[in-house]
Amino acid sequence: MTRNVDAIVVGGGIHGCSTALHLCLAGLKPVLIEKDYAGRHASGVNAGGVRQLARHIPEIPLSIRSMGIWERISDLLDDDCSFESHGQVLVAENEEELAVCRTRVAELNALGFTHEELIDATELRRLVPAVAETCPGGVVSRRDGAANPAQATTAFRRKAEQLGTTVREGVAASNIRHGDGLWHVDVGSDTYAAPVLVNAAGAWAGKIAAALGEPVPVETVAPMLMITSRVPHFIDPVVILRGRKLSFKQFSNGTVLIGGGHLAIPYQDRNETVLDWKSLATSARTVFELFPVMRSATIVRAWAGIEAKMKDDIPVFGPSSRHKGLYHQFGFSLHGFQLGPGAGAVMAELIVNGGTQTRIGELGIDRFHPTTL
Amino acid sequence: MTVAPKREAYDVVVIGAGPAGLAAAATSAEAGLSTLLLDENVGPGGQVFRAISSTPVTERDQLGADYWAGAELVQALRASSAEVIHRATVWSLDRNLDIAVSIGGASAFVKAKRVILATGALERPFPISGWTLPGVMTAGAAQTMLKSSALVPDGSTVIAGQGPLLWLLAAQILRLGGRIDRILDTTERGNYFAALPHAFAFLTSPYFAKGLAMMREVKAKVQIVSGVTELFASGDGQLGSVSYVAGGKREAIPADLLLLHQGVVPNVNLAMAAGVEHRWDDLQLCWSPVLDASGNSTVPGIAIAGDGAGIAGANAAMVRGRIAARAAVEALAPAAAAKLAPMAALRSDLAKAERGRIFLDALFRPSPQFRIPSGDTIVCRCEEVTAKDILDAVAIGATGPNQLKAYRRTGMGPCQGRLCGLTVTELMAQARGKTAQEIGYYRLRAPVKPITLAELAAVPKSEADVKAVVRG
Repeated sequence: MTRNVDAIVVGGGIHGCSTALHLCLAGLKPVLIEKDYAGRHASGVNAGGVRQLARHIPEIPLSIRSMGIWERISDLLDDDCSFESHGQVLVAENEEELAVCRTRVAELNALGFTHEELIDATELRRLVPAVAETCPGGVVSRRDGAANPAQATTAFRRKAEQLGTTVREGVAASNIRHGDGLWHVDVGSDTYAAPVLVNAAGAWAGKIAAALGEPVPVETVAPMLMITSRVPHFIDPVVILRGRKLSFKQFSNGTVLIGGGHLAIPYQDRNETVLDWKSLATSARTVFELFPVMRSATIVRAWAGIEAKMKDDIPVFGPSSRHKGLYHQFGFSLHGFQLGPGAGAVMAELIVNGGTQTRIGELGIDRFHPTTL
Repeated sequence: MTVAPKREAYDVVVIGAGPAGLAAAATSAEAGLSTLLLDENVGPGGQVFRAISSTPVTERDQLGADYWAGAELVQALRASSAEVIHRATVWSLDRNLDIAVSIGGASAFVKAKRVILATGALERPFPISGWTLPGVMTAGAAQTMLKSSALVPDGSTVIAGQGPLLWLLAAQILRLGGRIDRILDTTERGNYFAALPHAFAFLTSPYFAKGLAMMREVKAKVQIVSGVTELFASGDGQLGSVSYVAGGKREAIPADLLLLHQGVVPNVNLAMAAGVEHRWDDLQLCWSPVLDASGNSTVPGIAIAGDGAGIAGANAAMVRGRIAARAAVEALAPAAAAKLAPMAALRSDLAKAERGRIFLDALFRPSPQFRIPSGDTIVCRCEEVTAKDILDAVAIGATGPNQLKAYRRTGMGPCQGRLCGLTVTELMAQARGKTAQEIGYYRLRAPVKPITLAELAAVPKSEADVKAVVRG
């Protein structure tokens, strides 16, 4: 049976859920199709960083837009998503790294962005007392913070459903096709038809884009994270390193999340990953060196979420370059969680108004395919 | 002294030195395969033969003849060429058969062509009101103290629950001069009828006569209350009394120690973390791995033997260990298999050892009220989540144990769901009107047992790191 809806969103990550929610706020009735359940993959199991810090310049406007939504997330979702704002700090481990930081902040300032602030050793020590004394400074983005990713994605899904989204979980979208001015997508024995299709399928989105004639340079990756037992409170901001792959965050319950982008082997078809413990050991060594207080903590669990990484590390976001009514929202390359709320809002503007005030020009799929529309 | 594995790769790595693991390792080594047996305890035996080579209990009758059968298994293993490492905690196994093991505070990585998991059983959670009070412990924990240190209770002691191990423990405590004030038997009356059709097989099983004698021995010395339908532990910061309802009558008795037990279930954590498919077993009310007749799981190269493959007791575990090892030998060194007992003979041994199991499963099937708690009873001890908390999360959209983590941190503490997983699955299944199979289980992750950050930091660098340094 074919059901007509206003829009079809494929993918129940934070992006798909946020877009569905914002479409509802604009008065549309979308269907959200998720092959597993909302937040099953990267959106639900990432580090939860809500970060404007150290972003690629083309995505900064989207990140700033998103930050505004995070700061009043309870108003939108009736759920605080455990969002806490204690800043994010990029630590320079030596003078050379600090010089890179200085250049970066100056570059952002020249472009009119002021969220990144250069800090010296004293301020660094004030923000992160536990950091090794040899670190000469870094960069802080004071409004940044972290949220609980599973809670946040689930809250977006729940609110979207409350506002009128049809949520279909547990069956994959298949047989995506265009005809009679509408997109048609099968979900089990049902078919949905709508003038708008949003491809927000994360690690599975590249295949959808390719099948619709818009292949992009994307790979599937699975960044690893590990969490420790509870240790006494010693750090408030999220800490990332300039020179090494490490991010670091202590939750209010005392557990410490260690990430940084070392990769597991993804087995995408099986929804599985195999961890690389020798790489995780590298993260453990870095923490061991920089935060002596952590040495006796125990590692309780490690995992990896499957997601899409673009060759140029910035997302594919915006209208298709080939098909009317098709929009892409994927390839967030290990830093998509914070962007979810803003990207959903902007995507709804693109769909409903045909444009947005938020600068996203450099994120389009037309950077790979000259537009034929 | 810390003994790291001698090699980086083995034909067969056996994990767990209970009856299944001992038999599997001895069989594999006897056929000439390079074999490593990794075991968490200080000596061989697992739970059923715990401390078999070191127990201070010297009067053989006190622990029973079955216990001492373990000594023969240990002798066979020691006579073989298998490399055995105790105090070795395997904390990761993946589908590429890479194994991470912590030995004496240092971690090593080994690779196997075949892995035989013999990680045995865990006690089923027994989530009653007050079960987290100091003074309430599992019968299994009490048995561990009894076997390894000859420690028995001397304060006022109540044992509550059901199952063969409960009676065995009671008999062992009494033989060693320990005190038991009362046994509260929670076996549902209806179970006797449910079990009846399977009684004949049980009557002809080796368990029957032994079980009957043991129950008689205990009943002669301790007051038994049967048909207990409700059970509460209470006290101010420490167990003070146990109250219960039997035959519609409520009674409370003072107690210093409450030992709880309602059967054992497969210890699935390592197998699940490795990606082995499991199915809900409606009779045993637990997750069991999907296995073929030789114990091979859905992950190529990983076999499971012993109670981890589904509860069947020590005799079946030994045979399953031999079967899994023989299958490994057939795959890796077919010519050597001729030395071993033929598969047909092993399978017939297994059928004999499993006889009567259905009777026990039906008779000792725990009642719903002792598996599925309500109200303020704690379900997840690590994160102090109550039954009501979970039902509230279900009401606003949590559909299964993994989704529940987004609402409550159930299963995210150090125990990784060992103490709450089954309860959460059954509670959510009941609340949502689904089967346990449909509800599913936590996705389990390595490290299956926690390791310190310092230990992980000390593992040898990977080739990629070394190259990065050279480049840098």
